[in-house]
Amino acid sequence: MNNDWMKKIPEWEPAAEWSEAGDGRFTVPAERFRFLAERLKKEGGFDFLRSLTGMDWGEEGFGAVYHLENTSTGENIVVRAVTADREHPLLPTVSDLWRGAEFNEREAFDYFGIRFVNHPDMRRLFLRDDWVGYPLRKDYDPSLNPLRMSNEVAKDSTASYDLMPDGSIIRHRNVIFDEGEYVINIGPQHPATHGVLRFRVSLEGEIIRKLDVHCGYIHRGIEKMCEELTYPQTLALTDRLDYLGASQNRHALCMCIEKGLGVEVPERVQYIRTIMDELQRIDSHLLFFSCLCMDMGALTAFFYGFRDREKVLDILEQTTGGRLIQTYNTIGGVQADIHPDFVRKVKELIAYLRPTLREYHEVFTGNVIAQERLKGTGVLTREDAISFGATGGTGRAAGWACDVRKRHPYAMYGKVDFDEVLFTEGDCFARYMVRMREIEQSMRIIEQLIDNIPEGPYQVKMKPVIRIPEGSYYAAVEGSRGEFGVYIESRGDKFPYRMKFRSTGLPLVSCMETISRGAKIADLIAIGGTVDYVVPDIDR
Amino acid sequence: MFDFSVITSWIHALLTSWMPEGLAVFIECVLVGVCLLLMYAVIAIVMIFMERKVCAAFQCRLGPMRVGPWGTVQVLCDVIKMLTKEIITIRHSDRFLYNLAPYIVILASVLAFACLPVSRGLEVLDFNVGVFFLMAASSIGVVGILLAGWSSNNKYSLIGAMRSGAQMISYELSIGLSILTIVVLTDTMQFSEIVERQADGWFLFKGHLPALIAFVIYLIAGNAEVNRGPFDLPEAESELTAGYHTEYSGMHFGLFYVAEFVNLFIVSGVAATIFLGGWMPLHISGWEGFNTVMDYIPGFVWFFAKAFFVVWLLMWIKWTFPRLRVDQILTLEWKYLVPIGLVNLLLMVIVVVFKLHF
Amino acid sequence: MKYEDFNDNEYIEQMIAQLRENGTNVVMGCLDEVIEWGRSNSLWPLTFATSCCGIEFMAVGAARYDFARFGFEVTRASPRQADFIMVAGTITHKMAPVLKRLYEQMADPNYVIATGGCAISGGPFKKSYHVVNGVDKILPVDVYIPGCPPRPEAMLYGLMQLQRKVKVQRFFGDVNRQIDRKEYEELLLRDITAQKDELNVEKGDTHE
Repeated sequence: MNNDWMKKIPEWEPAAEWSEAGDGRFTVPAERFRFLAERLKKEGGFDFLRSLTGMDWGEEGFGAVYHLENTSTGENIVVRAVTADREHPLLPTVSDLWRGAEFNEREAFDYFGIRFVNHPDMRRLFLRDDWVGYPLRKDYDPSLNPLRMSNEVAKDSTASYDLMPDGSIIRHRNVIFDEGEYVINIGPQHPATHGVLRFRVSLEGEIIRKLDVHCGYIHRGIEKMCEELTYPQTLALTDRLDYLGASQNRHALCMCIEKGLGVEVPERVQYIRTIMDELQRIDSHLLFFSCLCMDMGALTAFFYGFRDREKVLDILEQTTGGRLIQTYNTIGGVQADIHPDFVRKVKELIAYLRPTLREYHEVFTGNVIAQERLKGTGVLTREDAISFGATGGTGRAAGWACDVRKRHPYAMYGKVDFDEVLFTEGDCFARYMVRMREIEQSMRIIEQLIDNIPEGPYQVKMKPVIRIPEGSYYAAVEGSRGEFGVYIESRGDKFPYRMKFRSTGLPLVSCMETISRGAKIADLIAIGGTVDYVVPDIDR
Repeated sequence: MFDFSVITSWIHALLTSWMPEGLAVFIECVLVGVCLLLMYAVIAIVMIFMERKVCAAFQCRLGPMRVGPWGTVQVLCDVIKMLTKEIITIRHSDRFLYNLAPYIVILASVLAFACLPVSRGLEVLDFNVGVFFLMAASSIGVVGILLAGWSSNNKYSLIGAMRSGAQMISYELSIGLSILTIVVLTDTMQFSEIVERQADGWFLFKGHLPALIAFVIYLIAGNAEVNRGPFDLPEAESELTAGYHTEYSGMHFGLFYVAEFVNLFIVSGVAATIFLGGWMPLHISGWEGFNTVMDYIPGFVWFFAKAFFVVWLLMWIKWTFPRLRVDQILTLEWKYLVPIGLVNLLLMVIVVVFKLHF
Repeated sequence: MKYEDFNDNEYIEQMIAQLRENGTNVVMGCLDEVIEWGRSNSLWPLTFATSCCGIEFMAVGAARYDFARFGFEVTRASPRQADFIMVAGTITHKMAPVLKRLYEQMADPNYVIATGGCAISGGPFKKSYHVVNGVDKILPVDVYIPGCPPRPEAMLYGLMQLQRKVKVQRFFGDVNRQIDRKEYEELLLRDITAQKDELNVEKGDTHE
């Protein structure tokens, strides 16, 4: 953190305390946090909320950790707000400052029961409305919630809480859908939601008036599970978050743990990890192309994409043993050395893929219908993208240079030459083109690295029991569809005290409402396809 | 060229020789009906099989392979499966209309199917306003689809039905205009007559420019009329799960499924009849030897070859293009196809009046 | 696939023995055979996937593996028209009632395949507070395909096992019918006449 901020923040907010452990962060009491947040946003220029993590600090109470970034200067700051009240924890909302906080605060409410004052929509995000208790609290009792087989009724209203000057809380009822509105339900089982996401959409004819996102149909409670697993064991779960970014997810977690341990990984490992990440990105973007085409009704292009994706999977499988879930990265290295054929096969793949991409453009990109449907629909502005924290292709299509590989270079990305693909339109077509161009850039990165993989060990010898020193750590990689971050809070144990994954998908679905309002149902499908979320990554 | 009316009149003579005329006609009607339905079923099976193989070929796959040689009996399995599947009764639906809808769709499709002249002397419904009858009969189908969507008490179905209502009724217009263009050229509405007049050249060539425009418009509108991609909005898989037939299961769904494919065949058959000469062999004036050789190929072979060629063309389009959006579909129809169709009709009138056609 | 290429033939043989115990009428038997041959070769899956296995399921349908070869041609998005549901991925507490409902919306005869560790037992998420430990707790499962996720070849193998199972069943033999006709009709009547609030929904606001 910049020294300026070390001075400025205590000036702005005398109650703020600096603690050095790990990444270092400021601690602010909940009631003072709102003022600091406003000043940080307006005067400090911290316009991007990277991550918001709800926390249960036991004796110290509940609270949240905010990772903020200034997108113009690239400065980062970590602030935490703490409330000692364990009965009725309250925090001020920041969802009006950073709109991406809206879903994250609902998540924190869902996990910890922290109510955010003035938040417009204080419902549970992942769990059922009739869920008892808050699962990520340290004193949660799982026996309270047996499997309920009754159908859930979708509520048409939501609650918000106002804090009165005398300390009492007033509960407001906000209507989402009126009685007379024609509400259709898209998902959880629907071919276009890419998994089990659910939208409730209010229609007027074919035009979308309102959209309400329901998540949690694949909420697997990975973060809670991680608290009971040793660090090497937690690695197994990240691959299954965003299964199209398995390699990158695990890379992020390994990086975060290595950061906590202070381990330097050998250069060979860095090379291998970078190449694997890029292969994974190609795989993911090919799948994106296929699924988008399928959603738009061009079924043949879907098969083309899948045909070529198999070739990438072959390479991944040969070295890692897994097609989709590779479990390849480990703490301090990778599981096994690359296959002797690896280099040759990767080169063949690149030689094959270049002309194939041209074929894609001929089959789909150049098509009149595809262009008509994608251009100008679902526009996300740059400001909205930053405010929602919609990183990855979606953010870059809106003109926001949000690539973690450029912002905070890791592995070999600082040393290779590649372009960050940027568009300014922010519509579906721009989002589509960003991905297609990124495949080319990924190939460029791989080409620069593949011939120069240095000799050396593929793994650093680690201690049998890994303990991270006390403190909090955050590391992020550019996943296939945006910034994937891992936040670890350690108390020096074998197990993480809290492990949070900054999901790439959650900000993307949170901006769905804004993008698709006023569009048609068919556009919603195109928007969902181009925004390119993976549902298990949203729900974790 | 073999004339099938020899056989039919022989059967008629045989029957009337030992029973009263009325009974004979009745038996003939039943016989024709049975043959028609049989042919309908066979065509449906062939079409479904063809669809699977063609789409597999476009998609670098093989399609059905294991059931019978090259998967030829696959569709039979599907039929057996469909027949033995439960037909679900839906709560809070209009049960009478719900059960009626698939039959209306099938009825419309069979009626239209009966209009197609398969070979010389093999016409079931052939009278002086055949073209009108075909269009009237085929547009009953939309009623069935609307009823299906409305009576199933499902919002997806309703949206699908509304879309198909808007779409099919609009595109009916373009179909009508493009067929009218040819009627202007032939001055008859009887299908057998239309085919006869193409003995010295198919209308696609005889009517040159306006006929070509009409043919293209007909293909686009015909594709939209049978709800196939890129106009498959009413059942848009990725948007409305299955559109108007979301709630239908078992054979009721099977009827919709079959009707869709046979309708595609009917559209292609009509295109073949009107533009490509129907069962009339390819004749080039002046080449007597060539014409005689062509005449040896039976008429129904010509008809099916032409019809399936058009079917293949439409399948190619379906598997290549992405789906349109509902407002784009209506824009295409009302802002482009209808005005072009009207101008084209006028052009054809000029061509006919000044005898500019071949 | 050839008979000896399958691994667990005992199970199917046992099932055949059970079904053939009381003998059968010749006409019915032949009809049965034709129908079951047709049904086993035309099983249409429901497009349903929750997580990673779903992507492999798509791969099975795509160009290289192409399950259309075996007659699984048409993936239907509407449960009314599908023949089997491939539970591909983790089933969570929130999803379980939805899945059950999907299953009930399917027309008889319908089958369930549990694909991958999560659907079989909860897999790596067995200890989670929000994961159903095995889909067989809520649905009758016909075939289990282990793996995390299973390879497409494994899925094809599992699908073929389902085909074999369907093939030996009897359509007329009363084996598939778990309840008798009268009971079925009563249930049907109750279903059709039920009001909205009688649906399987808990009453009232239990939780704020």
